[in-house]
Amino acid sequence: MTVVAMQVNGKQVSADVEPRTLLVHYIRENLRLTGTHVGCDTSQCGACVVHVDGLAVKSCTVLAVQAAGSKVRTIEGLADGDSLHPVQAAFKEHHGLQCGFCTPGMIMTAVDMLRRIPKPDEATIRQELEGNFCRCTGYHNIVKAIKAASEVL
Amino acid sequence: MYQFEYHRPKTVEEVTALLARCESPKILAGGMTLLATMKQRLAAPSDLIDLQDIPGISGISADAKNVTIGAMTRHADVASSKEVARAIPALAYLAGRIGDPLVRHRGTIGGSIANNDPAADYPAACLGLGASIVTNSREIPADDYFRGMFETALKDKEIILRIVFPIPQNAAYQKFPNPASRYAMVGAFVSRSAAGVRVAVTGAGPGVFRMTAMETALAKTFTPAALDGITAPIGEMLQDMHASGEYRASLIGVMAKRAVASLTG
Repeated sequence: MTVVAMQVNGKQVSADVEPRTLLVHYIRENLRLTGTHVGCDTSQCGACVVHVDGLAVKSCTVLAVQAAGSKVRTIEGLADGDSLHPVQAAFKEHHGLQCGFCTPGMIMTAVDMLRRIPKPDEATIRQELEGNFCRCTGYHNIVKAIKAASEVL
Repeated sequence: MYQFEYHRPKTVEEVTALLARCESPKILAGGMTLLATMKQRLAAPSDLIDLQDIPGISGISADAKNVTIGAMTRHADVASSKEVARAIPALAYLAGRIGDPLVRHRGTIGGSIANNDPAADYPAACLGLGASIVTNSREIPADDYFRGMFETALKDKEIILRIVFPIPQNAAYQKFPNPASRYAMVGAFVSRSAAGVRVAVTGAGPGVFRMTAMETALAKTFTPAALDGITAPIGEMLQDMHASGEYRASLIGVMAKRAVASLTG
């Protein structure tokens, strides 16, 4: 076991974990932040996307120890108190979800996308979502929500 | 995933000392292949040696002759580099089509070529540009480095520090991606420089290889039509659930012609 400390959503945290502990399990089981989901567990589906030092990554394919000393942001760290992040608000407004399982990952990817590409066109949004699967096939409204968010950000 | 010890050394010397001391160590770069392999219990290293704190092995620089990319440079950084876009746009294009944006934030060029997956993109760029792989002990020309499926010229305690790409007159990469994984079913990297024409193919065979017949034809006439009728031996192609050998052999011609066409406008 090893003590792994990092900053998550602005708070300093630490936990005693095995080196093989994945970042997603550290977040869900040690920190009890269960908004980040495990979907495929094989770095394909993107349900587990969080930001590590400002970059969106698949937390099922990062060891918690690799992120030691980093700044991590999860879906729980997006809203400002009761007011939703503009991307969250746009997903709500445009019904960018059906069952909601992929939504945290979709939103974390979208926030990262809009940081890099502030005004993406529809084709770019779809291409940038390559690493996030929605098995309800609700992509249309997800794309619409991201486009709408890009206009207010 | 089986248990292992984790190390985060601060110098290359510490890395080599750990490699000498540990029972069955593995070097961890971005982890985009290694961690997935360990999760499936297809790899069980005793120790992981994470290179993220080693100074001087990530980043991009360019001069009049070469683009040099540190081993720990992420795909996303190569894809968005202004220097790479200016000097070897085909290399930036290739990097921007590996995996997905999230994978490109973690995966590294050194990790990719150390692993040498037969369907990886970077080996095609290294061989197609005649790059040099610089390690802690020597400089290896790409022509001698790639040795077939997951095999390279790297020795046990050898660590890739950087890759030096000579700047060509022009170059292009075209790939037919597997629609699920984005790995190359077939990718063709074509370059033209004073040293001649190079055509490197990934995804089609058990490892990246040069299509010398295509190189000879293109050296005479640099047009897509010059490649008519030039095929790779079907028996040497990969065959799997994604595509037959015939299909891959055919894709080599299609991808190489597209690459040439993009350079002849």
